[in-house]
Amino acid sequence: MDAILLQILNGLDKGSAYALIALGLTLIFGTLGVVNFAHGALFMIGAFCAVMLQRLLNLSFQTIDESQKDFLGNPLKVDTPYVEAWFGPETGAAIIDWSVPLAILFAIPIMLLIGYVMERGLIKHFYKRPHADQILVTFGLAIVLQEIIKYFFGANPIQTPEPSALRGSLDIGVMIGFEANAIIYPIWRLVYFAFAAVIIGGVFAFLQFTTFGMVVRAGMADRETVGLLGINIDKRFTIMFGIAAGVAGLAGVMYGPLNPPNYHMGMDFLVLSFVVVVVGGMGSLPGAVAAGFLLGILESFASTTWATTTIPGINQIIIYLVAIIILLTRPRGLMGRKGVMEE
Amino acid sequence: MLGLDKKDTSLLVIVAILTLLAPFILNPFPSGSAMAQFNAGYPDLMQRFVIFGIFAIGFNILFGLTGYLSFGHAAFLGVGSYSAVWMFKLFSYNVIPAIALSVVVAALFSLLIGYISLRRSGIYFSILTLAFAQMSFALAYSVLSNPKFNLTNGETGLQVYADDPQLFHRDSLPDMPHLFGLSMRSTYHLDIGAWSFDFNAGYYLCAVIMMVMFYLAIRIFRSPFGMMLRAVKSNQQRMNYTGLNPRPYTLAAFVISGMYAGLAGGLMAAMDPLAGAERMQWTASGEVVLMTILGGAGTLIGPVLGAGFIKYFENIFSKINDNILHQWFSFLPDGFEDFMVFIVHPFIGKGWHLTLGIMFMLVVIFLPGGLVEGGQRLGNWLRNRGKGAAEAKTKQEPAE
Repeated sequence: MDAILLQILNGLDKGSAYALIALGLTLIFGTLGVVNFAHGALFMIGAFCAVMLQRLLNLSFQTIDESQKDFLGNPLKVDTPYVEAWFGPETGAAIIDWSVPLAILFAIPIMLLIGYVMERGLIKHFYKRPHADQILVTFGLAIVLQEIIKYFFGANPIQTPEPSALRGSLDIGVMIGFEANAIIYPIWRLVYFAFAAVIIGGVFAFLQFTTFGMVVRAGMADRETVGLLGINIDKRFTIMFGIAAGVAGLAGVMYGPLNPPNYHMGMDFLVLSFVVVVVGGMGSLPGAVAAGFLLGILESFASTTWATTTIPGINQIIIYLVAIIILLTRPRGLMGRKGVMEE
Repeated sequence: MLGLDKKDTSLLVIVAILTLLAPFILNPFPSGSAMAQFNAGYPDLMQRFVIFGIFAIGFNILFGLTGYLSFGHAAFLGVGSYSAVWMFKLFSYNVIPAIALSVVVAALFSLLIGYISLRRSGIYFSILTLAFAQMSFALAYSVLSNPKFNLTNGETGLQVYADDPQLFHRDSLPDMPHLFGLSMRSTYHLDIGAWSFDFNAGYYLCAVIMMVMFYLAIRIFRSPFGMMLRAVKSNQQRMNYTGLNPRPYTLAAFVISGMYAGLAGGLMAAMDPLAGAERMQWTASGEVVLMTILGGAGTLIGPVLGAGFIKYFENIFSKINDNILHQWFSFLPDGFEDFMVFIVHPFIGKGWHLTLGIMFMLVVIFLPGGLVEGGQRLGNWLRNRGKGAAEAKTKQEPAE
């Protein structure tokens, strides 16, 4: 029992990332009808927003401390980050320590802007072109974005540690009545899951309970009629593209501590996220989220020693196998609607 | 000639002349001169030109004719490579059975994948092939290389070891891939004045095979079968209404292009008896997509051009470094020289992929027909300009 629970928990963090990326992909696909191969790159840029903020906060000036000597006997040079000088050493250190959560605030405007520019500058011109062209141009864009990040940040993974208060693990088993040390779980993964849940809930609430969301949903169902009613649906869809980019970016920001960001992390996630979207059903938001968590948990079950000794390497291919089986038995995915992508 | 009309014959002849004379054409600069770095006439690179040419021709039969965008073609290339190396390991270094096996295995593999993936079209098809390719990559990289059952040798890559059986290997035969005793690496070196040219046996084997494959592609393009494939692309629904089932045609196209990929993989292993899993990764599938689009999908010569273009510039751009840039811009005033080097720097050397990505985006946005369309437009423009400005002004280009 506790082993099962542990595997479910283990699958949650990857599942959250899949669900968030797949949610963004589905938002873009559902509103604009565009297949965005650059979505993984947006996830990656989000992660690098955290890196960038961390670098900015660590900008420092040098002072010479006459009272201390370094190992050569010269006066010691001390680096003081500007933040510490401005806000006092304790607050400053805390700000640097919390750079990853703070990067959320930093990333939101950046991602919205990138999403807006991407839609207005590039994707807008591809609505009337075939799907293959959309795939190709966003694929090219993904390469370009990836290479730009590589140029500025190098090819190696960059550590973005979580705040020290959220480091370490939590013995969840004790809280819900199991023995001690049965279910030990890193705190940051729980944070990531909670964060993902909040974002997913936020996006759904936004679509369900606001007038803006209502119009967008109407536009997803029948774009032309909404346009005929005198509503500027294009503008709203552009904003949705920005939001989708923001969701992918935030997923990336918080993922940094779990897996140090490097320039091709987006591509690795993208392929899986596409599989997730297809399994969930193209154009279905709940489907994308459910399939994200489902496949994440499935992957974690397949990584147990029992599974890998029975069928070696099953953890590497389980997601693809499931996707193939689902596509063959339920071609529209788990929750796909009729008439989406069936020209 | 050979059942081709006049235009296609001349195209085939041009391709044949270009490939056969490639060692001369690609080495226009004297060795040792400053421009020698732009020479591409060394065996390794020329082999890559034609092998990727074959790969792209095959991909074009699927994508160019039927419009089905496969993102998993590298899997067939990898399968071809693996089966060729296994042939080397078990029987002999002769390339003919190895290449034959790689084509057969790739055909079976693509039949399986195609049968499943072609149940869906459009974006679903792309994602399914992508998923299959990634699965094959994962299988080759880790799953099929456990000590009990080592089919792919994982990260190291499959290669021929001294204790492999090699049943038909005799001591008189060279200890590397050969064609009935003619080693693939044997190279005839010719010096004419300051120029030097290499004629490599492996390259010529690949070149001959490519010409045959190009000929086959022309025949497929011009055949009723090719017409059916075009019908699939332009209007599948109407095809259904006329009582034709498109699936056998698309499946046949998929298998044919898979066999081309397997052949390319087999040749790759024949030039260098090594097969690694990274050949199957989806970035490798993306590369052949880039080649075909860049050259011009749906045209005969486009994919070959694209493959040559990408492989040539990949090689040249990666070689240029800041020192060379400083030489180029040395005629400029100092500050401006540094500025130019600073501007160009991100696009060269390791930044070649950035250049490629930007170029690819520009082609997709402005020139969906690729280099071939670009050439045609340039030709039309020149012809119109020759006719006189007044006429060109009144003449309206027909909308596409």
